[in-house]
Amino acid sequence: MPHISLEEHLPGITGLLEYRLDTAYPIRDLTQILLRGESTLTQAERELIATVVSAGNECKFCTAAHTAAADILLGECNTTQMVLQDLENAPVSDKMKVLLQIARNVQVSGKRVSPEIIEKAKTLGATDLEIHDTVLIASLFCLYNKYVDGLASITPSDPAFYQTLGNKIVNQGYLRSPQLIKKP
Amino acid sequence: MAHIDLKNDLPGIRGLMAFDPQAADALNGLANVLLCRESSLTKGEREMIATYVSSLNDCLFCQSVHGAVASAHLEDTDGDLIKQVKSNFAEAPISAKMKALLGIASRVQRGGKMVAHRQILDAIAEGATDQEIHDTVLIAAAFCMFNRYVDGLGTWAPEDQQIYKDRAPGIVEGGYTHPGQNT
Repeated sequence: MPHISLEEHLPGITGLLEYRLDTAYPIRDLTQILLRGESTLTQAERELIATVVSAGNECKFCTAAHTAAADILLGECNTTQMVLQDLENAPVSDKMKVLLQIARNVQVSGKRVSPEIIEKAKTLGATDLEIHDTVLIASLFCLYNKYVDGLASITPSDPAFYQTLGNKIVNQGYLRSPQLIKKP
Repeated sequence: MAHIDLKNDLPGIRGLMAFDPQAADALNGLANVLLCRESSLTKGEREMIATYVSSLNDCLFCQSVHGAVASAHLEDTDGDLIKQVKSNFAEAPISAKMKALLGIASRVQRGGKMVAHRQILDAIAEGATDQEIHDTVLIAAAFCMFNRYVDGLGTWAPEDQQIYKDRAPGIVEGGYTHPGQNT
């Protein structure tokens, strides 16, 4: 049961973003900019950053939702599973492996990001903007994970729920839309 | 020196905000709604939560800025109250409700799942509303983001606390803005 009274048909983050619209607006806006805006990182790569951070924070709702979104964008499920279980051997670029390691460091603490790993990312071709966006996406998902679990919002167990949510965030993005919040 | 070339010398989040003004608009928007808009928690109380979480994350820039702003709101001229909250809030001269809310914030900093239902019941027993509990969790979560952004990119922070104290009245007056923004 959530720690505060939330709309029952809106589990996880969805009910929290409806609970207070004035705080939800800039959070949605930032997410849309970072995950759907123009970038040299693909949308799938950015969803993978969101997924590894959520998994590091053991936030089941966010991990399942962003795994679904990454899988839909990639058209397969193997990459995300490999990134979560065995990053070294995952079918992503060497640059992406280091950016995902930076994201994992950020998940633990900002101070965990060493000059050495940043240098490694740059050597593999990561731009300043890509490093910036990786750190900010990782930081943003620490907000989401702590918000979702800190208020004990509901985590649906049905995989179909996350498939539907993944489709919505891939096709419609992160801004508030009546379809995202309507009662079933 | 920051991990990336920010093309400016500004400290902490100000350098990052000058680097990415679009993200800065959303980040300042969130800070202004959470910390500056009217709410049943005073601005001083909300800045106290932000300061406490930033100190738990060992983020010098954020705990200094928000500590100075909290002290300005709370007429804590010498900063002793905020120092006491950071070192041991249980003994600080603040309300029992604020102690319960700071306890919740400290758990959010460690992990969302660390918040115990018992703590929520204690906060409610001390008069906290659903919205106050929501806002406490979101402020704590938001500062776990801000602190990571600031330290994850290796930004610099002035050591001299007077610099933050001098900036506080402007923030109390005009809220959170970023370099180059027209306000």
